[in-house]
Parts: sequence; C-alpha cells; structure tokens
Amino acid sequence: MIDQYRAVFDALPTDGVPEWLRPVRQTGLDRFMAAGFPTSRDEEWRFTPLGDMTRTPFAPAGPPRAPVSQADLEPYRFGHPEWPALVFVNGAFAPELSQTADLPEGVMATSLARALMTDPELVEPHLGKHLGADATPFAALNTAFIRDGAYVRVPAGRTLASPINLVFVTSADADGAMTHPRNLIVVEDGARLSLVESYVGLGESAASFTNTVTEVTLGQQSWLEHTRIQRESEAAYHIGFSHVHQVRESHYRSFSMSMGGRVSRHNLHTRLDAPNTEALLYGLSIGHGEQLVDNHTTIYHDKPNCRSWEVYKAILDDHSRGVFNGKVFVTPEAQQTDAKQTNRTLLLSDTARVDTKPQLEIFADDVKCTHGATVGYLDDLPHFYLRSRGIEPERATQILTYAFAAEVMDEVAVDPVRHELDQVVRTRLGIMDRI
Amino acid sequence: MLEIKNLCASIGPGEPNILKGISLTVNPGEVHAIMGPNGSGKSTLAQVLAGHPAYTVTGGEVRFEGEDLLDMEPEERALAGVFLAFQYPVEIPGITNAYFLRAAYNELRKGRGEEELDPMDFLDILEEKLKIVKWGPEMMQRAVNHGFSGGEKKRNEILQMAVLEPKLAILDETDSGLDIDALRIVADGVNALKRPDRATILVTHYQRLLNHIVPDQVHVLFDGRLVRSGGKELALELEAKGYEWLSEVAEEVVA
Repeated sequence: MIDQYRAVFDALPTDGVPEWLRPVRQTGLDRFMAAGFPTSRDEEWRFTPLGDMTRTPFAPAGPPRAPVSQADLEPYRFGHPEWPALVFVNGAFAPELSQTADLPEGVMATSLARALMTDPELVEPHLGKHLGADATPFAALNTAFIRDGAYVRVPAGRTLASPINLVFVTSADADGAMTHPRNLIVVEDGARLSLVESYVGLGESAASFTNTVTEVTLGQQSWLEHTRIQRESEAAYHIGFSHVHQVRESHYRSFSMSMGGRVSRHNLHTRLDAPNTEALLYGLSIGHGEQLVDNHTTIYHDKPNCRSWEVYKAILDDHSRGVFNGKVFVTPEAQQTDAKQTNRTLLLSDTARVDTKPQLEIFADDVKCTHGATVGYLDDLPHFYLRSRGIEPERATQILTYAFAAEVMDEVAVDPVRHELDQVVRTRLGIMDRI
Repeated sequence: MLEIKNLCASIGPGEPNILKGISLTVNPGEVHAIMGPNGSGKSTLAQVLAGHPAYTVTGGEVRFEGEDLLDMEPEERALAGVFLAFQYPVEIPGITNAYFLRAAYNELRKGRGEEELDPMDFLDILEEKLKIVKWGPEMMQRAVNHGFSGGEKKRNEILQMAVLEPKLAILDETDSGLDIDALRIVADGVNALKRPDRATILVTHYQRLLNHIVPDQVHVLFDGRLVRSGGKELALELEAKGYEWLSEVAEEVVA
C-alpha cells in the first residue's frame, strides 16, 4: 500500500523547488518507505487504530469542484476579521480568502511555496532542521511532500498586535483526498506572536486525510502562544506533528484542542535547548460517537534551569476513545529542571475509555518532576448542588462539563483568543449562553 | 407550610436509620431551630429535605404546601421554594458566581413562565442582593466557592438565598466556622429576608446564632429523634447544660 505514496512522490512537480530542498524531500521519502505506516504493534501507536486509514488509497487533494467562499468559512471563523489570516483550501494557498494587508514591516505571513521562491535564504536554515529522529513516519511522509503550507516570520524585537490565523480547510467533496500541509513559524529574538492554527472540514462526512507538520523555532527571549484547533469532519483522519525548538529565555505556550476527525493524532514535541527556557502545554480533547482522539507530547529538558508545565484534559462521550502519552526527558546536564505534567479525563458515558501513560525519563539528580493522571465521571456532589438550585440534571451535566474544560481554557493568555475558544467549546457542548 | 410525619432515612437501602421517625410542622413566618450534638442526624434531616441522592427515605412522609415533597426531584423542590444552605458549599472551578446565580435565577423564572434575564438585567438584581451580604461585584467574577474562605462560602450561600427568595430556607450549620463579624452578616442576611409568608429552619450546634436570629421554636434532635421542643429559652438551657443529659431524655422518649 505504501508504494502508492512513492508514485505520488515521483509525480510531484519539481519546478520552483530549490536545489537544497530536493534531498530533504528524498530523505523524508526514504525514511517513510523504510518505516512504513505504524501498526498497533508499534508501542507509540498501540491505541491508535490506523488500519482503515492505511488501507485507503488516498489521492492528492485537488481544488474543490465549487470554489470555497468566505461564507462557507463563516461557521469556522475564529477571531476578528481584521486579524491577519492565511487560508489554505485542500492544501493549496487561497490568497483570495486570506488577509495579510496590515502586517507590520518585516513581518512575513505567506505561503511556504511563495517564501521558497522569494526568500529561500530565510527558509533554508529552519525547514526540516530541528525535526529529528523522533519524527514519526507520518512526519517523514510530510517532508517527502513539502510543497505548500504557511510561513510566518516575526523579526527580532517585533510584537504583533493581533493574532495570526492559519486556516486549513478541507472541502466537502474531499472524500478520499489527502493533504500534507507543511508550516514553518520563525519567531526571532525578543519577538512576540499569538498564532492560531486551525484545521476545519466543510463536509460532515468527507473521509479525508490530513497529514500536517508545523515547525516552530523560537529565538532568545521570544514569546509565542500557539493555539491549535482541530475540527475536521468526523469521518476524517487527522495526523499532526508540531515540533518546537526553543533557545534561551524563550517562552512557548501551546493550547491544543482536538474535537474533529474519526481518528486524530497530534504529536507535540518541544526541545528546551538553552537554560531558563519555559514551555507551557495545555490541551483539550472532546470526543463523542466513535471518535478517537490521541495526543502525544514530548518535552526535551536538555539544559539546566528550564520549566515545563503541562495540563491535558479530555471529555469523552458515547463510544469515543482518548489516548494520552506524555514524555519528559531530562538529560544529565539539565539540573534544576522543574517539570509538571497532569492528564485528566472526564468520561460522560460507560462506553467511553481512555488510555493514558506518563513517561518520565530523568537522568539529572537535582530536579523537580511530577506527573499525575485522573480518569472519572462527574462528581455527584456538584451535580446535586446545581440541582438544589433549580437547575435540571442535563443542564447541570452540561455546566459541569463546561467547567471541566474552562479550567484549562482559562490558561490561554491572549484574551480574544480565549474568548473565541470559549465560544467553540460552548457550541460543541451545546451551551448557548455565555458562561 | 411544611409537615414532616414520622420521617425515617438511612444512607442507603439496608443501612440502619439515621433519622428514626421525625415529626415536625413549620408554619409560614416561623423560624425553627434544630439543635443537637454531632451525629444526631441534624444535617441528614436538612439534606433529605433538599433531596440529597446519598440518602434513602425509609419511612414517613413530608408535605410542602400540601404537595408530596419526597416525590419531587431536587430541582423541583428548589422551584417549589425550598432552599438548602449547604454546610459544606461545593466548589465549582471554571464557573463564575455570576453565571451560576443567573442560571439558577433563570430556572426559577422559567418555572414561573417568565422570560429569562440576560446578564445585564440580572446585574441590576444582583447589585441589590450583594448589599445584603456586604459584597462588591468583584466576588461575582470568581469561580463558585473556589478558593473561598469558610466564611465567604457561607456568605455565598446567603447570597444565593437572597437571589432565589425561597419560601422555606433550611440553613445547615451556616454558623459553624464563622467569626463574629461573618456571623453577624449571615444573621442580618437571614433576618433581612424574613417575611410573613416565608419560613426558616436553622440547623445548628451552638446557641450563639440564636442571639442574632430569634427562633419561634427550638427542637432538640438526639440519635435520630426529636426528644424535646420548646421556645427560645430551650436553646439557653442546652447552652448551660450541654448535650450530655439528653441521653436520659432520649431513653424516656423511646420507652
């Protein structure tokens, strides 16, 4: 089955592809061909049922039969119209749907394909450079297909007043189609950015395959809030890999929300590659029906005096399944590491389940590393408390479910982003009024 | 208003009764105090009246304004006008006090066939009610009881009561753990809400709350039974003699 991917690779257009990128792609393909798709025998993918997906002969997505309009995107609008936005439809940059008019001088937000043409010397030092041997076979496959995606660069010392939206749209007719968006985010020394990366599916039943990689590099004393929202069709397969490279005194905070897809998997890896670096990783998964939502995180504490803080939550209803794996690696050099990991799952039905696994590998002796995982149903007492105030049981369940989610959403630092997220979550949980 | 007849309850089927046949009548406008030592069943009685799912009623009946209270779900009891101020108010991180109060208030309005209030209109009502517990609006943006001190939690219960204006308020040891200033605020709140058509049941371990809220009747609960009833002077007698002597009285009642 994987031979079809070689055929797709061979058919990729090579015009406009810089010389240096060809071996990068080739290495990606070779790695993927050597590894093949993971199976449930692979520890990293034990709980992620990929069989149906890997047996499906996905074809590269083409343009939708009917062009996607702003009106089509309206239900998925996140944030304010004046926010800069890069929109991609079925993997291809859609400038007519994008908005990059008011970017401050020196800030770049464009498609990777364009940046490769206009500013290859800015792209080359970063693209694929930090994605190491820990990259999954899917990330290798994405590298083989590097062609388009988002490129954002905030030059040293710049702060963006409003968040930048990246929107990856799969059209309603993309059943059986695949996309491999490749994104590169460069936040230089002392620069600050709030980035919102959204994956949306316009059709409710399109069994599409999105295999995306986002590389982030953070300069000294830079600041990034990275909000990732996956709400693809509930028939879709979504595989995402985010790799973050951090140097001295940089601050990375991530909020990763997954609520779409039949099967979704997000790997978030961050490398704290200099002292006094901080990474805050928050996540919220909401599953119902037959959905499977999988989050794998890896934090590399390579250097001393770094702090990582991680809270991932899941709300699982019906027959949905959750997977969480949180790795923390502390090198012998990384003394004074402060790492805390929490995973909490709320089960709303007897048939929902979660597999959660913390994995701490600590080789330094003077560190503070903790982890904890809880799985449970809603507590009876708060439920009774709400009912004793006249609130119906179903509504009490909704409110308490929202409260469970709100506790982690509250960690989003940029107010308008948090408000928008709140709206998305409330809509999904069926709570119409503002809480 | 409230008629309790021979009420028995346990913490589950097959468990021994904690309430062993309680009978009590509360009329509109009255304040009743229920006193007794720890473990006598005071809180159980309060929670059974509010419909706490942890308890099983094993006998007797309770009528509220003629309706079968025990047949009603907790939310139906609230809409009918029964309010329990919890001994241990529950923390709900992630939900603001303002939202919680408005959601509860709007349920009452819906129950009466009135339109729900939006946050701005509700704020007008809330501002009035906040005066009763001497709070500023900043407490409304905090998560429900989350990180509140013991006294703040009890004041929050009184605030809820002020917003919901129940016909029958049951205060379950609302005075315990309060310093004298907080006690006064809570007592003033209860007194401010007193009306001829409303009634209050104070469940308390100590007499001192009754210096601030004067009861019409005092009942002594011991080992799941009401062993003595009287006027407010009974509370002073208990304060002077303690609860020890009650074991003899209880034996007399059983005999």
